[in-house]
Amino acid sequence: MQTTKLIGRRVAEPQATTGQPSFLRLMLRHRALYLMLVPGMLYFAIFKYVPILGSVIAFQDFNIFKGILRSEWVGWKWFEQFFHYPQFTRLLSNTLIISFYQILFVFPAPIVLALLLGEVRNMAFKRTVQTILYMPHFLSWVIIGGLGYMLMSPQIGLINQAIVSLGAEPVHFLQEPGYFRTIIISSSIWKEMGWNAIIFLAALSGISPSLYEAAKIDGAGRWKQLVHITFPGILPTVMLLLLLKIGHILDLGFEQIYVFLNPITYQTGDVLDTYTYREGIVQGQYSLTTAIGLFKSVAGLLLLLIANRTSKAATGESIF
Amino acid sequence: MKTRRHPGEVAFDACNAIVLALACVLILLPMAHVLASSFSSNNALIHAEVGLWPVGFHFDNYMAVFRNEMVWTSFKNTLFVVAVGTLINMVLTVLTAYPLSKSYLRGRRVVLFVIVFTLIFYAPIIPTYLVVKSLGMLNTLWALIVPLAVSAFNLLLCLTFFRSLPEELFEAARVDGMTEFRMVWHIAVPLSKPIMFTLMLFYAVQHWNNYYSALLFITKHDMRPLQLYLYTIVAQNNVSEMLSQVTEASTGMSPQGLQMATVMVATVPVLAIYPFIQKHFVKGALIGSVKE
Repeated sequence: MQTTKLIGRRVAEPQATTGQPSFLRLMLRHRALYLMLVPGMLYFAIFKYVPILGSVIAFQDFNIFKGILRSEWVGWKWFEQFFHYPQFTRLLSNTLIISFYQILFVFPAPIVLALLLGEVRNMAFKRTVQTILYMPHFLSWVIIGGLGYMLMSPQIGLINQAIVSLGAEPVHFLQEPGYFRTIIISSSIWKEMGWNAIIFLAALSGISPSLYEAAKIDGAGRWKQLVHITFPGILPTVMLLLLLKIGHILDLGFEQIYVFLNPITYQTGDVLDTYTYREGIVQGQYSLTTAIGLFKSVAGLLLLLIANRTSKAATGESIF
Repeated sequence: MKTRRHPGEVAFDACNAIVLALACVLILLPMAHVLASSFSSNNALIHAEVGLWPVGFHFDNYMAVFRNEMVWTSFKNTLFVVAVGTLINMVLTVLTAYPLSKSYLRGRRVVLFVIVFTLIFYAPIIPTYLVVKSLGMLNTLWALIVPLAVSAFNLLLCLTFFRSLPEELFEAARVDGMTEFRMVWHIAVPLSKPIMFTLMLFYAVQHWNNYYSALLFITKHDMRPLQLYLYTIVAQNNVSEMLSQVTEASTGMSPQGLQMATVMVATVPVLAIYPFIQKHFVKGALIGSVKE
């Protein structure tokens, strides 16, 4: 936001630079630096900004042979069609529910873990635990999907072995819509809990030990120290990460959902991203799925701005 | 200060240690089970006799995986993408971050805004797909490399680090007549070794694990990277080509055993280097958090 202000000022007061070398002279003197920026800027232009401009096909009846320039304009047709589409409610509610569960369960898990790790005195034990818990972050979703398929397999999986040994019938976890969201949430926690704790651990170590000393002298127990020192100490970090998470509420990580999803679990697991992939890339419905993507991006931006405002008002923390 | 600890605190520490140990077990259990199963006989698998130790130990599953040409082809594709992709990532990231780390560079904030904006508002996937398609990259490995040439997030990490280098060094080099390009290579990069290493690892792991790009851009079987091939084996249960390739009777082989062996083959390279690179990753994650 500051950037725009800065540009405005420069345009409004060109005489401000008269005391210094002119803009052109500066450009020339630093031409090597500007030259270095060219490949990177080309990348952002071609792969980030051209697609943003290309999103106009959401308002066209885009035909790959006619191209953007000659395809017919249809206004909000695709948006209207999508919003009235019988599956729209299912896609949006699946997306929002899974996202809501992520914020409710996946987001706090690393905070709790960091608090627990922060209490460990034995350094060797702490390092071992960290090494093991960070590791799944580096496994791909396909591999984790593979581990999950094996673990939950009705014939050979460890979980069903346990269920059968307790005398119950084996459960087809991956073929039951009722289990889909639980699988997504628990695999998210499994993969990222350890890794995401790193940032909170850093925030914890940033709290001055003298605060705890002072609290102890005042007779505060461990619980009171937690509530009055630790929580306020990590609040800025928590709020910042929560804000970013809210901005991505419609983005669930395609790779994770897609690896566990099958037609039987569409009912609870088909989300905007997986639908876009099937209808757009596989079926070639370019305009409709671009409209969905644009809806997602705009909603994400608005959510981020709203969350940022709210957080600024409520806790004083904000991204910009 | 009292030296003897309160019994409540001792109990708390014990519970804490147990909870953390349990979390570690939950992480390791699925991997141990799959590893044990991949070495177990078909018979033992069907009768659900395999827990955490192989039953009817044999290598047939792994032999079949290694004899499968598609495994090697996709592995080669992945190696190419990781090597060339990471190289391009590093060159572009350093070249873009260096000028932006100079506070005296005019227009720096505008360029930064252009980059950061892509982190909060991103283009829908279909127009991106159409760009890649119109560049003629579909079904080539370049489609897995070029659209991911720079990560805005990693660029910001690199930029933050460059900014901490003392400007006097560059001033002195400038007086000696060194060009900016040589300064990047001979001053900025060597002084930023920790972050260079971290970024390289971030990029390499991203390429190794990525299957979304391949799902979007690759339909030719020969061009599939390892993760996409693994996906067809795991999620679509596509092991028939492996089973059919084995001519002699290998009694121990089974579809599930093959799936598990393939999963293990794709996991082991990451696990093998993980202990050596862990501390660099943590460093990178921390630099990232300071940036906020």
